[in-house]
Amino acid sequence: MCAMTRPWRRAHLGTEADRATFRALHSASLAAPALREGLTPHSAERSIRHLHALLGSPALALTDIEGLLAWDGTGQHHQDQAPALARATVERGSTRMFDRGDLACEEPGCPVRTAIVSTLVVDERIVGTLQVFAPYPTAGLARAADEVAQWVSGQLELAELDASRNRAMEAEVRALRAQISPHFIYNSLGAIASFVRTDPDRARDLLLEFADFTRYSFRRHGEYTTLAEELRSVERYLLLEQARFGDRLRVTLRIAPEVLPVAVPFLCIQPLVENAVRHGLEAAEGVGHIRIVASDRGQECVIEVEDDGIGEDPERVRRALAGDAALDSVGLGNVDGRLRAAFGDEFGLVVETAPGAGTKVTVRVPKFAPGVHVGPG
Amino acid sequence: MTPLLVRGLDAAPGIVAVTVVTMATLVIGTWGLRFSRTTSDFFVASRTVRPRLNASAIGGEYLSAASFLGVAGLVLTFGADMLWYPVGWTAGYLVLLVLVAAPLRRSGAYTLPDFAEARLGSRGVRAVCSVLVVAIGWLYLLPQFQGAGLTLRSAIGAPAWVGPVIVGLVVLANVTSGGMRSITFVQAFQYWLKLTALLVPAAVLLVVWAGDHGPVGDRPDVDWSMPLATGGGQGLYVTYSLIVATFLGTMGLPHVVVRFYTNPDGRAARRTTLVVLALLGIFYLLPPVYGALGRVYAPELAASGRSDALVLELPRLMLDGLPGELLTGLVTAGAFAAFLSTSSGLGIAVAGVLSQDVTGREYGGRRLRGITAFRVGAVVAVLVPALAALASPELGVARAVGLAFAVAASTFCPLLLLGIWWRGLTDAGAIAGLLAGGLGSGFAVAWALFAGETSGWPGVLLDQPAAWSVPLAFVAMVVASLLTRDRIPAHTGRFMVRLHTPEALELDRGPDRSSLGSDR
Repeated sequence: MCAMTRPWRRAHLGTEADRATFRALHSASLAAPALREGLTPHSAERSIRHLHALLGSPALALTDIEGLLAWDGTGQHHQDQAPALARATVERGSTRMFDRGDLACEEPGCPVRTAIVSTLVVDERIVGTLQVFAPYPTAGLARAADEVAQWVSGQLELAELDASRNRAMEAEVRALRAQISPHFIYNSLGAIASFVRTDPDRARDLLLEFADFTRYSFRRHGEYTTLAEELRSVERYLLLEQARFGDRLRVTLRIAPEVLPVAVPFLCIQPLVENAVRHGLEAAEGVGHIRIVASDRGQECVIEVEDDGIGEDPERVRRALAGDAALDSVGLGNVDGRLRAAFGDEFGLVVETAPGAGTKVTVRVPKFAPGVHVGPG
Repeated sequence: MTPLLVRGLDAAPGIVAVTVVTMATLVIGTWGLRFSRTTSDFFVASRTVRPRLNASAIGGEYLSAASFLGVAGLVLTFGADMLWYPVGWTAGYLVLLVLVAAPLRRSGAYTLPDFAEARLGSRGVRAVCSVLVVAIGWLYLLPQFQGAGLTLRSAIGAPAWVGPVIVGLVVLANVTSGGMRSITFVQAFQYWLKLTALLVPAAVLLVVWAGDHGPVGDRPDVDWSMPLATGGGQGLYVTYSLIVATFLGTMGLPHVVVRFYTNPDGRAARRTTLVVLALLGIFYLLPPVYGALGRVYAPELAASGRSDALVLELPRLMLDGLPGELLTGLVTAGAFAAFLSTSSGLGIAVAGVLSQDVTGREYGGRRLRGITAFRVGAVVAVLVPALAALASPELGVARAVGLAFAVAASTFCPLLLLGIWWRGLTDAGAIAGLLAGGLGSGFAVAWALFAGETSGWPGVLLDQPAAWSVPLAFVAMVVASLLTRDRIPAHTGRFMVRLHTPEALELDRGPDRSSLGSDR
């Protein structure tokens, strides 16, 4: 729809004032991605050129609360004075004007005669300053400096938001690791105990599987693991569940060995299998079938976990994935969120289900994504 | 008997062989080998591909029409200096083993553009690499299709256009069916099929030759048995250029690189490469045997310019009746397997890149979804070289493949070697080197394809561009990188540590998400 009602035409870009607006917006949009990483020397370096274009003053500096982060424009010999200006402004807590008395300069004709220093504020806390240098102060420049500083502060707050969302996600993974259900532990140990007399060898094997399973789940470091590791953990989990359910649990696997080295978020398959076991078995009588398929699709790998259990209302699953409703599925939303965070929005979970018709969860993982690799451990 | 019937009887083994190989490929490609397992043998299910199996698969995908048909024909026509082709195609894996295999695997990259993006953090370099992958893939596919036409003409007397059409359709069906296209097991089987298809006839023909009391034909002239091309300085240049192209080009072949991803770690990647070396070494012993026998029994093939058909014709020329027909059938099956496996591998690699960087993009607000984008990419990937094979003049199978190697050596070899072993590489430097090498060798290819023969030094330099285009690419890459030192990616140090330390080593490799991740 929006493509049809495009408000502009290529041939005609509006009046001079319109074009100035477009230029300003364009500069702002170029500066934004760097600032969304937070205020660091790296992000300041990458964004300052665009901010400078926005203000058009002879020189511009970005500082944190005590040191210079980046300088763009003429008058490089004034760089050493920027930290002092920053400290003085942070002390006062609001925009300050400095004149040639504060900016000692021996170079004749140097355009840096006045400085307007505005504060950058994130969460009501001053994190740095934006310093605009000009030959003489004008009210317009002061206003512009303040506006730009406020816009930069807004971007930095968004960066803070991103960071806290990531922290929340990490906390959820930690919770997920600790979230091996107590029932599972009781039931597994109970099943193992029942074999101790009748089949001591099997009991011993199962105990070792149990130890390995918990070791993997409580692993401390590494955000990603290989699909092979993840499936090995799934295998241990299924062995323990089969000890308990016996023939009631039927599992079919079809794994293409080509995709086993793919890097996946830690604990992204196992919660899906746990759900499948619970839906397929615990709620219904009789035999439950679970099917796990991992196949090679060229640039990506597709993993499907399917059960023939009670199913779920699709609308509820949709709301749960959107984070609106609680579902008794362990960590479905969490897995979805982490897949999206790692590989992008098109790689979210796909859940096919209906009441009484079983559930099939499909995970797509690209074989390569920048920044995603298996850590040690 | 009418002549038509004779032709029909003649063609029977060839038709059977081609049909069997085609059907088998289609069936396996469409339905896959559907192993289902229960948890009791889960350990088998989740076991990664062993180096030996993977190496056979690489061999199966790598040994193309050029190896199966071209080498024997070249040896027949030009003599011992053509042995540098099989030597180089094998030794390329030695360079790969020593310098590239393990670090490339540890980089986590699936394709060459992936590696460029991971190492340099630049979408621009990625785009250039994607274009080059497609170009090299097409250049390599072209002789496969032409070779298929040749095989069918020689085996069953079909017109030349039938081969490209059949192979193109089979590969397309295979690639787009979306099943398990690159099954390691099937590709591994292809290697052994090709080896058998050359080994058994070669053994039989050698026995026949010994039975004839080992005739040597015309006394071999000195030129034929010299390991250098004729023509003094020019011959020397041609030989060295061939060595540079084949030794350094293997690492830049798109369908070879993706197979390394199947290895679980860097160590396994090295072991795989070592086994590949052995398998290729065994295979390449055979084509020269055909070349030498051809000099005795089929000198007229070289004279009439049909030397590429030597492997296919020789059994019939040396043996009469059913044994000759059976061996012809076997050789034809092997040749057809060679086209199908190599073309499938290349088709998938090219289609993957096209679907990721071209057909999967958003155009005018519309965007094709995963599988559809891949299928459209596959159609383009196969159609272009198939049409080119019908339209362009025949270059000689091995020569066209040699040009593909020259382009790969002039572009991806510098990128991989410098990317893995030199911290100073920058994105601007990489682009400069890729463009210098790509345009240089690309010009030579275009000249060979469209302008035809040129004599003297210009002709030699354009015929075998690698000896000047590879150093040119290296120099351009290094100089441009040195000039743009401030563009060295921030994560270079961390990435180098990851490339060069064994996975088992406990080591702080920095945070899991590199600075790249937050850019998206």
